[in-house]
Amino acid sequence: MARKRPDPVQVVKERRDGALNAILHGVPYIRFLGVEFDRRGDELTAVLPYDDKLIGNPMLPALHGGVTASFLEITAIITLSWVSMWEDIESGAIDVQQIRDGNLPRLPRTIDFTVDYLRSGLPRDAYARARVSRAGRRYASVHVEGWQDNRDRMFAQATGHFLMPSRGALAGA
Amino acid sequence: MVDKTTIARNFLSVVPYAHALGLTLESIGDGVAVMGLPYSKDIVGDPDKGIVHGGAVSAAMDTCCGAAVMCHPSSPSLTATIDLRIDYMRAAAPGQTITTTATCYHVGRNVAFVRAVATDDDTEHPVAMATGSFTVER
Repeated sequence: MARKRPDPVQVVKERRDGALNAILHGVPYIRFLGVEFDRRGDELTAVLPYDDKLIGNPMLPALHGGVTASFLEITAIITLSWVSMWEDIESGAIDVQQIRDGNLPRLPRTIDFTVDYLRSGLPRDAYARARVSRAGRRYASVHVEGWQDNRDRMFAQATGHFLMPSRGALAGA
Repeated sequence: MVDKTTIARNFLSVVPYAHALGLTLESIGDGVAVMGLPYSKDIVGDPDKGIVHGGAVSAAMDTCCGAAVMCHPSSPSLTATIDLRIDYMRAAAPGQTITTTATCYHVGRNVAFVRAVATDDDTEHPVAMATGSFTVER
């Protein structure tokens, strides 16, 4: 049997980036913090560009602990959602146009989230990557690492548990 | 004489992210701080239902816990979060202010232990609860 000819690269990229951007832009708090995602294949790196409003201690200055927690939680939720949607995005089972039209896929809900503050967040860009330790049908466990200048010197890490949306569920459906 | 609440309120206004979230100080003293996180479209995580993002609740809890440490009678000069765990019990009702109450229940030489609870108008059923440990600078 002949193998299906792969889609042209721009079609693949548009589908992947379209799905990712649609999810991101649908969440106001992600925009409020200014979190962006850098995608390489299926790997996501969250980027938090520095902004003066993100400061918690103006004397040091250092990023607000709540900013760090928010940034890591957003990274965990989006990565988890991305990983669970990946197959469907690739196969075309998820219609990117539908997402763009505001039919957002339902995001995982946080059950609990624990942040380990390793050093103070410096007043500059921060990055984070999440690893889905286990993704069950209903529950998932995710670990996130955040760093700034040096990948080997994390400034915070976190672990969280999430309740997965029922498969294929759209918000409001 | 300037009372502690005024100092703390001024302090909140110089914390840029507390200001960005619009956090308000309701009361403070003896290791207990109460703050309000007003509802705003900016902090929504689920746009379809208008539910506030957990991260914004975390930020309010973290600020409130830090304030609880600072107003403890042992008067630490500075504090920073070591660890903060949050359990999200239910979604906060859209449009309602989320009130966080943090209690600093033990302060050692180096570490302070804090618990916090967040509620919306239905104060009987908490939205989230937090447990944290904080550094104590003397």
